Amino acid sequence: MALQEQMLPLPGIAPDRTGKYRTDHLLVAGMIESGSKVLDVGCGDGELLQLLESRGIDGRGIELSRAGVNGCVAKGLAVVQGDADTDLVNYPDDAFDYVILSQTLQATRQPKVVLENLLRIGRRAIVSFPNFGFWKMRLQLLVGGHMPRTENLPATWYDTANIHFCTIKDFVELCDAINVKMERAVALDLYGRPVPLNLPWWVWNMFGEQGVFLLSRGK
Amino acid sequence: MTELKSIVSPAIQIDDRLHEADNPSSKVAKFGVDQPLKLDCGVDLAPFQIAYQTYGELNAERSNAILVCHALTGDQHVFNTHPITGKPGWWDTMVGPGLPLDTSQYFIICSNVIGGCMGSTGPASTNPATGKPWGLDFPIITIPDMVRAQTLLIDRLGIETLFCVVGGSMGGMQVLQWTAAYPDRVFSALPIACSTRHSAQNIAFHELGRQAIMADPDWRGGRYVDHNAHPHRGLAVARMAGHITYLSDAALHRKFGRRMQDRELPTFSFDADFQVESYLRYQGSSFVERFDANSYLYLTRAMDYFDIAADHGGKLAKAFTGIKTRFCVVSFTSDWLFPTSESRALVHALNASSARVSFAEIETDRGHDAFLLDVPEFFDITRAFLQSAGKARGLKADG
Repeated sequence: MALQEQMLPLPGIAPDRTGKYRTDHLLVAGMIESGSKVLDVGCGDGELLQLLESRGIDGRGIELSRAGVNGCVAKGLAVVQGDADTDLVNYPDDAFDYVILSQTLQATRQPKVVLENLLRIGRRAIVSFPNFGFWKMRLQLLVGGHMPRTENLPATWYDTANIHFCTIKDFVELCDAINVKMERAVALDLYGRPVPLNLPWWVWNMFGEQGVFLLSRGK
Repeated sequence: MTELKSIVSPAIQIDDRLHEADNPSSKVAKFGVDQPLKLDCGVDLAPFQIAYQTYGELNAERSNAILVCHALTGDQHVFNTHPITGKPGWWDTMVGPGLPLDTSQYFIICSNVIGGCMGSTGPASTNPATGKPWGLDFPIITIPDMVRAQTLLIDRLGIETLFCVVGGSMGGMQVLQWTAAYPDRVFSALPIACSTRHSAQNIAFHELGRQAIMADPDWRGGRYVDHNAHPHRGLAVARMAGHITYLSDAALHRKFGRRMQDRELPTFSFDADFQVESYLRYQGSSFVERFDANSYLYLTRAMDYFDIAADHGGKLAKAFTGIKTRFCVVSFTSDWLFPTSESRALVHALNASSARVSFAEIETDRGHDAFLLDVPEFFDITRAFLQSAGKARGLKADG
């Protein structure tokens, strides 16, 4: 559980910084044992899947955009075109060891149903999402009086695909409500660095730019 | 626009074609009465033969063989000059040295399907019982029959597991049949622009083509060879109707629009005033030079009967339970004969079986025929899929 176990290079999560892989991807990959069977829902350009494959993990992907899918397939990845909201129902129970939903939860129409499906088809789920409780977000709404926009979420309110923003606190409450067990939780700051674990939850919710959660089915 | 021939007097090379049906200008595997092909209709077909071509070298481990399955009007001449038309192989954009189906890396096999007319036993072949072409005495064949015949060929070539089975349209149906019936013999599969079952609309178009052939007085109940005739008008019309379904509204508009053929004004007649008419007539007349009308009846019928789910208690996913084969499913946006929705249904069934599957829908306005054309994104995907599968299979990378 200790974050010190993670080999996290410090440069931030922006893909144009030094380092081959994004910090949040390295964090996610670090949670998965080699030989596992993994489904990455909303796999984008397949960067995380490539990292997983390089570590001997059997990775599959679903991606909404045709360009994303075809780019992935052209990299030799096993990716299909599909929608987290409508296509997860086609997968059988326990089909995967892990199902990953990376920076996609806030773009789904029914986050609760999606989350339930993740933990139906996967024995564990890894979910990361931008934290709307991040101080910069709060400040923009409080002082600026407009919907927040950040480096990682630059879209305006009227053309964003993100229709279901939540805070880390909100997400924790949802997990409780649907009996999902949080095995690990990590908040990353604006530079992709983990927020120290010994700080209280409200600090995470304030200074975590995104949350990464390893989830399993509750009793 | 190239010079166009009239539909009325096609230069039919009937003798060449008849000769090709029994004595193909390719390799041929003959199976005697001791090795009958057990057909779905209950008939044991024997003796029979399979005409095929190979390109590239089979490696020492016998692990680099790719079976290419041809479409309705294709044949085994994938990557060599066609013996009748003199045209280049039908997939020479995809198969060859350095191309996605790289002949310097893989051992490529393509066989003429059973029921075809280019050297595998079919209605144009000589019936040993009569010394005349089988005609309608030939038993009805199915896609599973075609694949069963291919397994016998692969056995004879000493190949246990195919590295990949690839094909578009009717070829894609064969790919799916291979994976459903012989999953352990297929390491990877690339079904393109196809479906797990033939739709009502597609059956309807096939029926139109068959009726056109049978309505031609020269068809003579299928015994046209005995009468030294050939239903070239009926077959050409069948081809014209089929060809429209292989294209798209957008592609036809882009290629021809409403442009006139070698004239400024309408002739106020039923001449081919429009370029699109002229083009279709050309497609029809050039087709009858190389294809047998009865064979067209049999092969369209085989496609109509194809329904993998029906063979597995109505549940498509059951056809692929526990399958280890790696899949790459490809469809094209403007294909209305085998629309993307059909491929998506296949992908859902494969997902339900937890199969390793990639699925790419390629954006193009060129319709169903896009799989035969120069579509770079499709080539990139095919190449990458084979390379990734090759790595998993332990094949040496190129060079």
